[in-house]
Amino acid sequence: MTTTAARDIPRHSPNRTRLHRVLGANPLGIAFSAPYLVFVAIVFAIPFVSSIWMSFHDFFFSAPGADVDHAFVGLANYQAVLTDPAVWQAFGNVGVFLLINVPLTVVLALLLAFQLNRVVHARTFLRVSFYVPYVTASVAVVAVWLFLFGGDGLVNQLLGPIAPEPSWLVNPVLAMPTIALFVTWKQLGFYILLYLAALQNVPKELYESAATDGAGRLRQFLSVTIPSVRPATLLVVLLSTVTGANLFTEPYLLTAGGGPNGASASPVLLVYQKGIEQGTPDVAAAIGLILVVLVLIIALLQRKFVGGENS
Amino acid sequence: MRRRAGAHVAVMLTLAAVLITGCGGGQASTGSPDKHGDITIWYSNNEQELEWGKQMVEAWNADHPDEQITAQEIPAGSSSEAVIGASIAAGNAPCLIFNTAPVAVAQFQKQGGLVNLSQSFDDAAAYIEDRSGDLASQYADADGDYFQIPWKSNPVVIFYNKEMFAEAGLDPDKPPLHTYDEFLDSARAIVDSGAAPYAIYPSPTSQFFQIDIDFYPLYAAETGGTPLVEDGKATFADDAGERVAEFWRTVYDEGLAGDEIYQGDAFADGKAAMAIVGPWAVAVYQDLDWGSVPVPTSKGTPADEIWTFSDAKNIGLYTACENQGTAWDVVEFATSPEQDGKLLELTGQMPLRRDLAEVYADYFDENPAYRAFGAQTARVVEVPNSPNAVAMLQKLRDAYTGAVVFGNGSIPDALRQAAAAVDDLAAQP
Repeated sequence: MTTTAARDIPRHSPNRTRLHRVLGANPLGIAFSAPYLVFVAIVFAIPFVSSIWMSFHDFFFSAPGADVDHAFVGLANYQAVLTDPAVWQAFGNVGVFLLINVPLTVVLALLLAFQLNRVVHARTFLRVSFYVPYVTASVAVVAVWLFLFGGDGLVNQLLGPIAPEPSWLVNPVLAMPTIALFVTWKQLGFYILLYLAALQNVPKELYESAATDGAGRLRQFLSVTIPSVRPATLLVVLLSTVTGANLFTEPYLLTAGGGPNGASASPVLLVYQKGIEQGTPDVAAAIGLILVVLVLIIALLQRKFVGGENS
Repeated sequence: MRRRAGAHVAVMLTLAAVLITGCGGGQASTGSPDKHGDITIWYSNNEQELEWGKQMVEAWNADHPDEQITAQEIPAGSSSEAVIGASIAAGNAPCLIFNTAPVAVAQFQKQGGLVNLSQSFDDAAAYIEDRSGDLASQYADADGDYFQIPWKSNPVVIFYNKEMFAEAGLDPDKPPLHTYDEFLDSARAIVDSGAAPYAIYPSPTSQFFQIDIDFYPLYAAETGGTPLVEDGKATFADDAGERVAEFWRTVYDEGLAGDEIYQGDAFADGKAAMAIVGPWAVAVYQDLDWGSVPVPTSKGTPADEIWTFSDAKNIGLYTACENQGTAWDVVEFATSPEQDGKLLELTGQMPLRRDLAEVYADYFDENPAYRAFGAQTARVVEVPNSPNAVAMLQKLRDAYTGAVVFGNGSIPDALRQAAAAVDDLAAQP
């Protein structure tokens, strides 16, 4: 019966071929992947395409049915952004942030993960301890840092006469490095976990061979551990760069709007100010897209230089 | 193979677009000024205003069974203005919001979110001007139309801690705080005597609205009521603006005010002997022995001639409203002499009503702490009425924090650059 039916249906009907071409060999696969694709489309793809469109138009959010002409303005929004000294300052600030945050994150996370991997006692306690700042809301821990790095704070009391003047968070030179330090501390637990997972996969035989060849602990770390966790290092570098470039909460809370005098303003803080507070989402979109392009360039360079041949 | 993958993505993106279009984006309102029926309103979430709002809604609903009000607090967000802006874009703004900040009104108007009251209701302009007098004109747009109903102000003055002043050897009943020189001498006496770590502690941060609490009140006082932007031009880069900025720079240079974020209330915590506050402070600082004086001027202008910043909150009627006729009737009811009296009584905030001190003389006799604020309401200035008002204030705030709080560069240069940027913004639609 089945055989008969199969014989009755042409094997390559034009409709079926077209459907087959669009939906693929396993149409059910689309159904399974659809939720995630829809999610990506809604939270990333469509907003991203919209922001490209916005950045080339005179755009502001308007009421449904309002008679509004979103005229094409070419590169005017980009011109406004690139001639604004505050934007250049914000990109410079985030550059300083990344130069401090990314290397510090990689070095500290790797060293701590390496040590944690060797710890026998209280291993879970230590891992949780490093992870707690990561899962704690910035709002909650910012107060502690304000207490530590305020003019009358604990750090300045310990430093006594060598405490910086003006103090850390109102010092135009030290404000961004202090924020970078805060973010490094806060995110470290997550990156330690990434390295810990990578360290589990380093074959013990490599260490044994190195030891047989006379390598000490430092040589083992340099010649076995670091090359073995290179893919994890690339991941840590990329993730810390991407999250660092999107810096917002810390300058918003720690220095209340990017102070002193714009020294800790970040591009995303400007996006918030211009897009939400000042009602110019078109200009904000231009800043956002410039940031995306710069981050992509940095990420490609990192992939090339950190990732090695296999990246 | 690659073409097939592209087709898959295209299918999914189309599906997502359909989903988004279906779920988001409100519909254009079909509301009109002639329609009557049930309405929704939002009000502020502070305890006193909630009490006023609830009794107002109850009183209205009792007499209007066919035009009921449903009220709720403004939804939580990073700021009320961000929430209101988002609700306008989504098409689900309520009929009335009793906490519409004047700084955002022109932006909401540009978004098509606010009803032009002057064009929609025959008696609106006359009603607003009759109730608020000359102050009303600050709330009209460039064409003289009203998109907001001036509702209440919180004119800012200086509160001082009498105990700290006495400890510093200053007369707590007649504190020398009228001129800049007197103010600075008193401030030095407070810090030098150890009565308080700082004389005053206005927020030194870069947020745009902080300019309304330090520079602007003193500039309004120094100029006899000149707004920051007049006839499309910035005014503050003048001699008066420089005097005000130099005064504050001296305060910061000499460490009489803190330049760091203070987590808490510096005045309540005894960290500073003075604060720049509105009438809300009467209830907040009831445990302190405080006195109040108007903001200082360089020459010591008499108290009854001093202007200050209004810190007003107004009422907006939003285009998403179906029954706009009822909404306007509710506005008239909520700003009636009776409801204004209740607002004063329950919140201590000043209705933007002309001759306030005379109309509610009994209240001010019974509550002398509010008398200074009542007298001050006739002399208040407002933020620029422009869709770029926030950007203008941010430019001025950035210049101020740089040159004044952190003492970088010359004050005249900073003010001039900020004024040029504000002029550019004022010229933009």
